[in-house]
Amino acid sequence: MKLLDQTRFLLRITRTHDIMRRYFVVNGFDGALTMLGLILGFLVSGTSDLSVIINVCLGAAIALGVSGVSSAYVSETAERKRALAKLEDAMITDLGDSAHGEAARGVPLLIALVNGFAPLAMSLLILIPLIAANAGLMLPLPALHAAVAVTLLLIFLLGVFLGNIAGISWLRSGIRTLLIAILTAALIYLFAGF
Amino acid sequence: MVLVKRLVLDVLKPHQPNVLEFSQALARAGGDYRVCTTVLEVDEKTETLQVVVEGDAIDFNSVESRIRDMGGSLHSIDEVDVQSEAPAV
Repeated sequence: MKLLDQTRFLLRITRTHDIMRRYFVVNGFDGALTMLGLILGFLVSGTSDLSVIINVCLGAAIALGVSGVSSAYVSETAERKRALAKLEDAMITDLGDSAHGEAARGVPLLIALVNGFAPLAMSLLILIPLIAANAGLMLPLPALHAAVAVTLLLIFLLGVFLGNIAGISWLRSGIRTLLIAILTAALIYLFAGF
Repeated sequence: MVLVKRLVLDVLKPHQPNVLEFSQALARAGGDYRVCTTVLEVDEKTETLQVVVEGDAIDFNSVESRIRDMGGSLHSIDEVDVQSEAPAV
């Protein structure tokens, strides 16, 4: 509880709550659309070997996760260092041992973890129907179609989340993100499958 | 033994944590501290505060350490109220 309170405090003094939320949505969306692209690609090409599909999707999910962690860590570390240096200039003192110094060291790591976790978690959720079908479980839909349905649901929920943040209709916001996914699917069907 | 009863401090701090959080952190430095903070000046990235700390036996080092932890900087001690404790018989 104390660690959680301290984390909240550090996010508050650096005003990085919204940055973290933005990273979560942007990279979560990235992860879901990447999986949608891969799965539709497999559907279009007629591939039915689930273990191959799972491995390809898992590889992409891990790469998205690592890319999310590393890119956010590098960029946020630079941003936090810059912000701390500006504050130290204004205060005319070294803030390395203060809460601001602690935030400059800890917040980039936290943001990086969120940035990497979002696409990885989205991808793993989308892979659940494929893994279940590969393990012999009976699904109400063919595995790839079930994975597409999970993807569309997650993208809709991301839209609902954004709607809540913006204080607008959750349904309208959810449908808007869903339309983006449908547009992506249409583009894939238009250009893939040769 | 001389006990510190009241301190008036001139403190420069960043905007975050805000004055409420800052004062609460100072009050937590002791068991019975009462903290009264006035914002004297607000600049682009900093604010100057007058902090009045009252208590039965204020530990100055602990208060100063809390100020530093919150990113603040103690500029001066403007008023002090101390009282000697009668030796135990």
